[in-house]
Parts: sequence; C-alpha cells; structure tokens
Amino acid sequence: MILDFSVIWDSLPLYFSGVLVTVKLLLISLALGLLAAVPLALMRVSRQPWVNFPAWLYTYVIRGTPMLVQLFLIYYGLAQFESVRESALWPYLSNATFCACLAFAINTSAYTAEILAGSLRATPPGEIEAAKAMGMSRAKLYRRILLPSALRRALPQYSNEVIMMLHTTSLASVVTLVDITGAAKTVNSQFFLPFEAYITAGVFYLILTYILVRLFKLAERRWLAYLAPRKH
Amino acid sequence: MLHGYGSTILDGAWLTLQLALLSMALATALGLLGAALRLSPVRWLAVLGDIYATVIRGIPELVLILLVFYGGQDILNRVAPLFGYEDYIDIHPFAAGVLTLGFIYGAYLSETFRGAFMAIPRGQAEAGMAYGMSPARVFLRILVPQMIRLAIPGFTNNWLVLTKATALISLVGLQDMMARAKSAGDATREPFTFFLAVAALYLVLTSVSLLALRYLEKRYSAGIKVAEL
Repeated sequence: MILDFSVIWDSLPLYFSGVLVTVKLLLISLALGLLAAVPLALMRVSRQPWVNFPAWLYTYVIRGTPMLVQLFLIYYGLAQFESVRESALWPYLSNATFCACLAFAINTSAYTAEILAGSLRATPPGEIEAAKAMGMSRAKLYRRILLPSALRRALPQYSNEVIMMLHTTSLASVVTLVDITGAAKTVNSQFFLPFEAYITAGVFYLILTYILVRLFKLAERRWLAYLAPRKH
Repeated sequence: MLHGYGSTILDGAWLTLQLALLSMALATALGLLGAALRLSPVRWLAVLGDIYATVIRGIPELVLILLVFYGGQDILNRVAPLFGYEDYIDIHPFAAGVLTLGFIYGAYLSETFRGAFMAIPRGQAEAGMAYGMSPARVFLRILVPQMIRLAIPGFTNNWLVLTKATALISLVGLQDMMARAKSAGDATREPFTFFLAVAALYLVLTSVSLLALRYLEKRYSAGIKVAEL
C-alpha cells in the first residue's frame, strides 16, 4: 500500500484539539480586528487629510507586507529591545498565542478597515441627506444610518476576509502553536508520513471553510434580504 | 546598520522576485486553463475545473506548500521504486515553490479569468464567427484582448497576494530574503532590524507593482467610456 492512513486515524484527537486552537485564534483576532477596523474605516472616509492620512498609511503598509514578516517582527523582533524585555507587557509579548493573535488582529484590521471604508463610501447619498433633514447630529447619523447599513453591505466581502484569516491562522504553527497545521506537523515528525498528515489538515480546513461559507450565506439571508435579487 | 548583511539580503530579494515572476507565469497559464475548463460546455471538464478552484481555494497556502514539498517528495520516493527507480529524489525548494505557488494562484486566477470572459458581451464572439474566424482565432483575437482589460484588477490583487506569499517558501528552506533576514537576525541578535528591512523591501515591490499595473490598466482601458456619476 502506498498510503497509510491508520496512524492518522489514531491521531484524530490531536487534529480535533488543533481545530479548537485554530477556531480560538480566528475568533479572537477577528473580534479585535473588527473593533479596530471601525474607527480606522471612519478615519479613511474622512475628508480631513490629517485624519485620513495616518489610517491610509497604516492600511497601506500592513496590506503591502507579508503576514509572516509581521508575525516575525512581533514574535522574534520585539525581543531585540531591552525596554520591551523589561516592560510590564513582556510576559504577554513572549507568549506565542498572544503574539499570534496580536499579529493576526493587526493584519485583519487593515483589510477590514478598507472593506468597511468602501462600504461607507457606497452609502446612497439620499440616506445621508434624509438623516440630515431629520436634524440628526453627526454622531447619530453615523450610529443610526451609516454604520448599520455599511456593516451589512460589507458582509459579502467580509466573508472573504474571514476565510482568508482562517487560512492565515495556519501561520501560528510556525511560532510553535499546535493548531490544525501544527497537529499535522506533530504527526509528521512522529511517524514521518508527510503526505497523509498534511492532506488530513487540508481536509479539516476545507470543512471549516465550507462551514464559514454556509454561515455567511445564512447571515446574508438574515441581514441582506432587502438586497437579494427578487424571486418570481 | 545591517552589519554587512545588506548585500546578502538584496541577493535574497532577487531570488524572491524570480520566484514570484515564475510562479505568476505558471499561475497565469493554469488560470487560463482553469477558466477554459470551467466555461467548457463539456460537463466533466467544467466539474474538473470547479473542483480545482474550490479545493485549492479552501486550503491555506502554507498547508499546500508543506503538502507539496514534504508530502510530494515523500510520495515520489514511495512511488518511484515501483517503476524501478531506486535513487532518492530530492526536490529543490525553488522548483517546489514555483510549482506550488503557480498551482495555488492558478486556482484563484481561474476565477478572475472566468469572470472576465463572462463579462464580454456574447455578440463579440458571434460577430467574429460571422466573419468566418475559427474558434481559436475568435478566442485569441476577440476574447483575449478584451478579457485582459477586465481581468487586470483581479490580476493585480492576485499578484500582490502571491508576492507576499513567497515569504512562506522560506519555511521549506529556500534562501530568499525572508530566510536570510532570519539568519542575519539570529546571528546579530537584532531580528527586528532585519525583518523591518525585509518588510520595507516587500513594500517597495508591492508599491512598484501597483503603479505598473495601474498604468497597464489605463493603457488597456483607452477608448473605454466611463459614465459620469
């Protein structure tokens, strides 16, 4: 027999714990990333250059450099500075999970901010004019009209970003974390069956991708029903 | 500032650029093939193209790279003896990198090209046929030139993602700028400096690409009417 999957069968618990680590990394970085993305997107749509420019620079630099470099800068790079090693944050910054979540959150915040900014710019002018005619303040305009509608309309593009992030979390295995890819690495180093180990990891990612796609379809049906093509 | 490692990192940057360009060439070829398959009226060919695009886009690049580099090598060495080949086969990381990245981004590009072909009005191809052009000539003279304009934004995106994904090939032992920065950082205990330098080089690469492809898009859109909003 060319392929040997019996060992993989016995290692399934390791893969399942890897799934938990992957999902945890994904959820934490997405939550933090989205939280940072909203103010960044608001800055990106501002017409004041000194508000817009810093946010533009941030998203440009983050989107123009590889995720692996960002992760290495934080995980390996920061230790170069004595002030970092002696700071109160060092216990966190020397922790692989913390660094991975931080790097992933920074990365996704830049991409999400651009998606949200695009969605904000696409708001129909009539909605904004109507809100102003109702005498809404700027804050109320953003809270009640712009953001709820822009967040909904960003959903299809955001689902792509979430799937990209799922795939990005596989880099956590490079900084010693045992996510799905890390589990495959462990199995490979124990039994030297690289093909079987990594193809199994691939199947797990495919399943997770499929689940995410379905969940976003459901979310779109719930929150974007008013934009769906009309049924006859 | 770089303790004399500057030139070795620049050598690595050249390797990164070669890797990206060769992978993109392969990806473009596979992307066109994938799009042709998916648009084919022959059902099993279309299904084959769909499976290629869906499966590859559902798995992280890193896993596919590890699968091809370690798994592919392993399978090759398990299968080769069956054909009477007894020597150990060693895949070079550069070759594995080009093959894997080309194969992965071919799937993403097949989606871009498929959308671009579908956006060309049907009448264009029909007019070509009416002039007595063969299907191959219609494809090359009518569809491809128009498809390029529509595919440039998606192509630009994929090229940028691919350029950044080349950093992953350093993880299977290619001495690209990422791997060299890692060793230089370990040797001098200044990893931040070297990773920052590499980040800057990647930023230069992506910025130049962005400008070049934007110029190309303008060239290919000459004579296209844009409605005033």
